[in-house]
Order: sequence, then structure tokens, then C-alpha cells
Amino acid sequence: MAEKTFTVTADTGIHARPATLLVQAAGKFDSEINLEYKGRKVNLKSIMGVMSLGIGQGAEIKITAEGSDEQDALNTLEETLKREGLAE
Amino acid sequence: MASMLKGIAASNGIAIAKAYRLIEPDLTVSKQTITAPSEETARFQEAVNISKSELQAIRDNAEKQLGSDKAAIFDAHLLVLSDPELIAPIEDKIQNEQVNAEFALKETADMFVMMFEQMDNEYMKERAADIRDVTKRVLSHLLGVQIPNPSMISEEVIIIAEDLTPSDTAQLNRTYVKGFTTNIGGRTSHSAIMARSMEIPAVVGTKEATESIQNGDLVIVDGINGEVHINPTPELVQKYEQEHAAYGEQKAEWAKLVNEKTVSADGRHVELAANIGTPKDLEGVKSNGGEAVGLYRTEFLYMGRDQLPTEDEQFDAYKAVLEGMEGKPVVVRTLDIGGDKELPYLDLPKEMNPFLGFRAIRLCLEEQDIFRTQLRALLRASKYGNLKIMFPMIATLDEFRQAKAILEEEKQTLLTQGVEVADRIETGIMVEIPSTAVMADTFAKEVDFFSIGTNDLIQYTMAADRMNERVSYLYQPYNPAILRLVKMVIDAAHKEGKWAGMCGEMAGDETAIPLLLGLGLDEFSMSATSILRARSIIKRLSQPEMEQLANEVLGLRTAEEVVNAVQAAISK
Repeated sequence: MAEKTFTVTADTGIHARPATLLVQAAGKFDSEINLEYKGRKVNLKSIMGVMSLGIGQGAEIKITAEGSDEQDALNTLEETLKREGLAE
Repeated sequence: MASMLKGIAASNGIAIAKAYRLIEPDLTVSKQTITAPSEETARFQEAVNISKSELQAIRDNAEKQLGSDKAAIFDAHLLVLSDPELIAPIEDKIQNEQVNAEFALKETADMFVMMFEQMDNEYMKERAADIRDVTKRVLSHLLGVQIPNPSMISEEVIIIAEDLTPSDTAQLNRTYVKGFTTNIGGRTSHSAIMARSMEIPAVVGTKEATESIQNGDLVIVDGINGEVHINPTPELVQKYEQEHAAYGEQKAEWAKLVNEKTVSADGRHVELAANIGTPKDLEGVKSNGGEAVGLYRTEFLYMGRDQLPTEDEQFDAYKAVLEGMEGKPVVVRTLDIGGDKELPYLDLPKEMNPFLGFRAIRLCLEEQDIFRTQLRALLRASKYGNLKIMFPMIATLDEFRQAKAILEEEKQTLLTQGVEVADRIETGIMVEIPSTAVMADTFAKEVDFFSIGTNDLIQYTMAADRMNERVSYLYQPYNPAILRLVKMVIDAAHKEGKWAGMCGEMAGDETAIPLLLGLGLDEFSMSATSILRARSIIKRLSQPEMEQLANEVLGLRTAEEVVNAVQAAISK
């Protein structure tokens, strides 16, 4: 299993557009990918799951990936977060 | 079979095209037990796939027409349709509980809608609407009914609807929508005002357009006589095509007046101004030769969104209008919300009598943050043109004084901050409440101008809700009671050396114009598309003769007598 923790920097948090981008990226991989925030874990391929967390600026989030392409998936998501200035 | 509906002529012109029904279908779902769950699942997946390809097309279309910002919402909708947390439970339900796909979808989606609605974040609450939207689309395919996709219209159509809301009309593509007809509404309802600003013919208040007209029926909208013809005979189509051409010629004739001043036959100049809702409307003001903006309805800045517009957003819009008018007068009406215009995000309680309730200046004096933000934006924009500020729904002198004091406070604050503000900004009031018309002589000593808002003045004077067709016979602009009030207001203004304008529908009305000219009205503000016609009417009239006519009709007893007297005088 691959995992990494990030701090959300986007002032809008992980709402609307950022959530769309992340879920779109996650959907390209076979691995099971989850997002954890404040002890709650949701499927990162689920837009409603991600949005239901209500992640705001400054939040600590953890992404975990498990499956054949887990490292690839984690790298891509990390790249998306950084490229869009969402988290570091 | 050919048939005809009568309605209210809301916007001039003739349109002939196929009908497009903009109507929400019945999406009621009942629970059924099924015997072949795999087939039911396949049916569900099929409906999801069709919905996805529709949404993809709407998304691409939105990106082309409105930019990628507006298209992003459909990206989110597409993801909802691929969401494993939504799809898997529905498929499980179909398999395990052996229920129909419609029921499984509805139950599951409702659960998510409820979950989002219960969150305490405003933004999250609105995601419930996204889920509802997407679910509706899939449900319509399962039920075999069509939900309209107005943004995807790609041929010339006539829109058929119960009524049209601002968000409906915003989605309509002006290239293809040739006209529309609705069941409800009157000359001053939102749909009618929109039709005139889009310059497309419309007949409203037909009561049964949605019942009588099917998708694809050939429809003629006669916005001059208020008639809608359904599947007309070829002879009738030909007759209307000729009328359409004649109307086009008449418009071409009027167009020659576009750069002329508005002068009566005896040389009296009056100002013909336009009513606008957004900076985009300036194009129409110019192409129709408007001499000013007599009413800028700022509420459109606040509508069709989920939060208040910022001071900067407002500043940009006001500046664009002031600069666009190149020094010509621009009368900006401060926020007039309430009545038939709601802002969902303000969360105001429902009222029994919204037209008599907490609206316009009443709301602004209470919710001062909203009011002050707007006034600051206006003051900052004032140096870019000839700004005049108008307060709506003033009923007492005290309300005007309060509003003006707040304006003055904001001006002083800005000046001490070193922000440039125009030296002289005229402040006036909209006269639409009878108490204010009666007390106009007192108001005239303190305001810089009056603008008579006849739509509301008539409804309040006659105590007749203008949204209610059953009392629409009481909407009587030519009733001597209204004309006497109008005269009181104009005379009061002139006595104090102030000017009086009118920004209701009446100002552009063929029968009212001679009387208003006679009563001495200084400024006539109307839909931009009515300006050239009004100019051609005024050119033929003599002010002293109309003054005599006006004085005569003020002594008449009924609206009908007034109309007859005016028509007899004009046809001479």
C-alpha cells in the first residue's frame, strides 16, 4: 500500500473544481484509492464522498492507494494537488 | 388541426417556427417488484449511459458558448453519474431487493440529497441540487419521458412554457429562439420584459399553451395582436409572412430616426431613455437611439447566483454602463428585491402579500450592509459618467431622508479615504406608491427628480395584483385616477424646478404617449425596442394640442372614455 499525507493550501479547500480534478485523476487507476480526513475515510473515486468531507484550508489529509498501480496513482494525485496549488 | 389561442401581446413582432416545449415532465416513481434483476440493471446502466452522453454534449456546448468556468459544473455532474458510491448501492438494491430501477435510483439519490442538505455549509447544501438535477435526467430516461435541454436547441423554435424564469431565459440561445408563448403572465411579468429586451415576439397569459401545443407543431406567435396560431393553414402562414415583412419595413423606417433628437411637431424636446438590466443591454440602447438610461434595474446583478455580488463586481458593472453611455444620463435604481423577485440566498421568510411586504428600500434600510455595499460601488463608479441614483418603493419622506443620509455617509467615508467621487450626483425617487404621488409637492422640495413607476403605481392604486390574470382588467393605465396622480407628480416637480420621468410600461405605450407629452413629462424610459416607435409618434404630435387633450381627459369618467378621446384626437 502507498500512502502520503498533505496539507491543504487552497483557500477554497477541496470543493467543487478541486474535487472534480482529484476524482477525475483517481478514476484512471485500477487501485483502490481512499482519502482520509479527521478519521473519516472515503473512496477518492467518489465525487460525493470527497465533497461530503467538507475539507477546508489548512486541513491534514491522507491519500492511500492499494493495487497493481498504487505508486503510479499516488504520484499522479500528488502531482495534481501540487500543479493546481491545492495542497503540499 | 388548425387552432388559435388568445393571450396578451407582450412583445411586438411575428414569429413562425416549430414548437419546443420547455416543460418539466412528470417524474413520479412507484415501487414495483421485478422478476429479472439483471435485465433491470442493464436498463439502469443504459439510462445512465444515455444521460452521460447528453451531459457531455451539454458540457461541450456550454464550454463553447459560455467558457470553461460555466462548463465545470457539468464535469461535476458527469462525475456524479460515475460515482461508485451512488451507482453500486442502486445496483445492489435492484439485485437484492428486486425493485425497479426507478425506485432504487430515487431512494438512493434521496438519501444523498438529504445528507448534503443537512450539512451546515451553504456550498454543500447546494450540491444537493446537483444530485437532484442528475437524478432527474436518468429518471426521465428510465420513465421514457423527455426533460427539456434548452441550451441544446439547434434549430429555429418557439418556446412553449407555463412561465419563464430568469434562469430559463438565460439559457435560451438567441440565435434559435424566435419567439415564445406562456400560460401565465402579463405585460409586466418577467417573461414579457425579457422578450422585449431580447427583441423577440411573445404572447403571454394564454392559459393553455402547454396543453394545446405539442413538440414540433408549427406555431405562429403574433406579438402585435396577442394571438398564437397552432398548425395554421398555408394561407394563414402566407398572410403572416407578408405581415412579418411589412413589420420589418416599418422597423426600417423607424431606424432612420436612430440619430435624431426626440422633438415634437412644435419643437419641444423630450428625452427618450431605455430601461436596462445588464451592461450587455447597452448595445440595444445604442442601436435604438436611446438618449439616456432611465432605469438600470440592478437586481439582475444579484439574481441567478448563490451569494451577494461583491462591491468590486458591482463597481465593474456600473462603470461599464456609465462609460458605455459616454456622459449621457444613467439613472440607477438601487436594489429592488422582494415582491415577485426573490433571492434564495437571503433566506427571507415567505410573506402573505409580498408586493406589500418587506421589499426594495424597506429591505435596504434594514439590511444596511447590502445597501451600503451597493452605494459604495455606485459612488466609486460615479466619476466615469453621468450617474443619477434612484431609490425604489419610497412611501414616506422619512425613508428618502434615511436613504440619502446613508448615501452621504458612504460618500464622506470614501472621500476621507481619498477615493474620487463625482461632485454632483442627482438623487431621486421612484414614484410607485400612491402616498408618495399624493405628497409629491413635499417630496419635490428634497429630491432632485421623480421617475414614475407605473407598473406598481397602477397595481397599488387599483389594489390589483399584476401577477393575477383574473384581476388584470383592473390594470388600467388610462384610468383618470392614474392620470391625475401622474399629473400631480409632474406638476409638483416642475414647481420646484425639478424633472419628472416615467419608467413603467406606460411610457412606451402608443395611447399614453400623447397624454404624457401633454402633461409635460420630461423623460420617457422604456424597453429599448420601443424607443424608435415612440420617437416617430412624438414627431407627429404638437405639445400645446396634447396639453389641451390631456386637460380634457382628466375630467373624463372611465378609462374607456379616455382611450376613445385620445384615439379620436390622434386620428384627426
